[in-house]
Amino acid sequence: MAKFDLNDSGVVVIVGSGAGGGTLGNELAQKGVKVVILEAGPRIENQDFINDEWDSFTQLAWSDARSTSGSWRVHQDFPGLPAWIVKAVGGSTTHWAGASLRFDEHEFKIKSAYGGISGANLLDWPITLAEMEPWYAKAEDKMGVTRTNGIPGLPGNNNFKVMEAGAKKLGYKEVHTGRMAINSEPRDGRGSCQQIGFCFQGCKSGAKWSTLYTEIPKGEATGNLEVRPGSMVIKIEHDPSGKVTGVVYADPTGAMQRQKARVVAVAGNSIESPRLLLNSASSMFPDGLANSSGQVGRNYMRHMTGSVYASFEKSVHMYRGTTMAGIIRDEAKNNPSRGFVGGYEMETLSLGLPFMAAFLNPGAWGRSFTSAIEGYPRMAGMWLVGEDMPQETNRITLDPKIKDKFGMPVASVHFDDHPNDVAMRDHAYKQGSAVYEAVGATVTYPTPPYPSTHNMGTNRMSEKPRDGVVNKFGQTHDIKNLFVSDGSQFTSGAACNPTLTIVSLAIRQADHIAGAMQRKEI
Amino acid sequence: MREIDRRSKYDRRVFLKGAAVTAPAVAIATSTGLGITDAWADDASTLTPATMKTLLKVARDIYPHDFLGDSYYITAVKPWDDKAAKDPAVKSLINDGVARLDAAANDRHKMPYAQLAWENDRVALLQQIETSVFFQKIRGDLIVSLYNNKEVWPRFGYEGSSAEHGGYLKRGFADIDWLPKA
Repeated sequence: MAKFDLNDSGVVVIVGSGAGGGTLGNELAQKGVKVVILEAGPRIENQDFINDEWDSFTQLAWSDARSTSGSWRVHQDFPGLPAWIVKAVGGSTTHWAGASLRFDEHEFKIKSAYGGISGANLLDWPITLAEMEPWYAKAEDKMGVTRTNGIPGLPGNNNFKVMEAGAKKLGYKEVHTGRMAINSEPRDGRGSCQQIGFCFQGCKSGAKWSTLYTEIPKGEATGNLEVRPGSMVIKIEHDPSGKVTGVVYADPTGAMQRQKARVVAVAGNSIESPRLLLNSASSMFPDGLANSSGQVGRNYMRHMTGSVYASFEKSVHMYRGTTMAGIIRDEAKNNPSRGFVGGYEMETLSLGLPFMAAFLNPGAWGRSFTSAIEGYPRMAGMWLVGEDMPQETNRITLDPKIKDKFGMPVASVHFDDHPNDVAMRDHAYKQGSAVYEAVGATVTYPTPPYPSTHNMGTNRMSEKPRDGVVNKFGQTHDIKNLFVSDGSQFTSGAACNPTLTIVSLAIRQADHIAGAMQRKEI
Repeated sequence: MREIDRRSKYDRRVFLKGAAVTAPAVAIATSTGLGITDAWADDASTLTPATMKTLLKVARDIYPHDFLGDSYYITAVKPWDDKAAKDPAVKSLINDGVARLDAAANDRHKMPYAQLAWENDRVALLQQIETSVFFQKIRGDLIVSLYNNKEVWPRFGYEGSSAEHGGYLKRGFADIDWLPKA
């Protein structure tokens, strides 16, 4: 396995090892580029994952201090936990459910498609679906996405069967067990899904794609990739010409190290990535790196989310098997006659009893709450995930008071729902309930959003430097050897889950970085 | 469909052992149907037995599940005694909170909280202190200490960890049999 010197100024340093960073690292290593991935969290192999919600949360979740503000309910319910994401090698690809959907064509050009929406900061991506299609195809093959490349769909579990039966009664047409990066048959050295049911707690069997046991070991096997766990990057440094020269990070002992670099790629997710750019402010870049537009940290998106759980007369046991076991796509289209622009997906979801108690209606107590919880084995559930409006005021800033253990200001997350988000959520609650009522639900529970799992948009792509932070390759407009490689590049969020697009962009970015290095442009 | 055995493994083990000499007093009381003795509350070192018993009542009133014996709620609230022993701020938070609750109960009903016979009367008093730090701490702790107790899970029809059993591939992940034909 490779081991690079701190003074090796020829390496590409990637901050983060999740869907963006882990993929980029492997892709570059395969092309012969020397890469150091600095990962803030520990390396926990999949056999050590825990089938227990709270214990697993302690093992994997990013629980370092963050603050929140705004009218979103997460601020009220979980003021110190704006996002449910992972601090470990593999990042949130350990925790994700596996849904791997492509954006629709219009979702790359929402300003053109939706027109002017008051209070929203809409912008078209500088890339189109047609440009992305070959990269999507590579990502689907890499991740082994079901219903692509001749890979069969997963079998539906009880939770899916309830949703499917209700959907068909309502007349929904596009209902199936999803396009999932979970093996339905052995592939790429990994076995098929055992229907364990703890997808969010890390897949112990390895059937679900995660960079932890795919991209990262493959990259390491080339001899070109070194992953350093427990390494929290606190600052990116630059020279007087404005080119970045490396990063300062706290190693596992807490000692500060300086890793030199030819290129730096930031992939710490949409909360930590802008935080790092802002915390790297200097006399030359007083507002933070790559922030001449003032857009670093802005346009934070977290998807319109919510859930509907429903109780039936008889048992469902929704927790058995794949957490996200199927999807209804009929509402994902842009159909403004519903009273909002954009669309949403309905995807099965289940929580174990401990998290159901914590998330069904946070803060609630008394008999209406306990009666709901007592229906647990008779419950089915779905997650509602749709496009939310980018807003300049929804943003990541540096908390003026709270600092981490290295003395760096923590991220503060401000979010207000846009009226379009609220209208979409109301519609989704109504349709989700109708699905279950169609097959005999006795009660339905419109469940508020959980801490954000889809974090997007805070270093967005733009054609013009004044509108965003990075160009169509994730390269910052201001600094040519500084890149952003995670979901914070998203110009808009689309209705679907973001991971496939993050991976596709990372594969494409690797091609661009390797080419530019070869041509000595960076 | 494969249904879950809702009997608590804990109670069953006690039953099988008969005399259950090694089981805690709480479990014996539950399995013999004699109701909970007060011994558990007398074990408290920092908080008074009366305070512990009021906490138990408060816990039952916040998350009432009539099929759960007191033992589960006792397991959930007992750690407050340890926390109070370690932190004087916690000790006064609990003592002051319980004292205020009793004062409100005495004002309205001429008896302390734990002696009020009807849940509705007690819940009305809790609603008045819903936004207090005392109530929020007790409730917030309970959502984990009650529902994250593995002994409780089968009572709610939840099976817990599954990987060591090979997942649900051959254990009923798709065994639903009552849905209308699509």
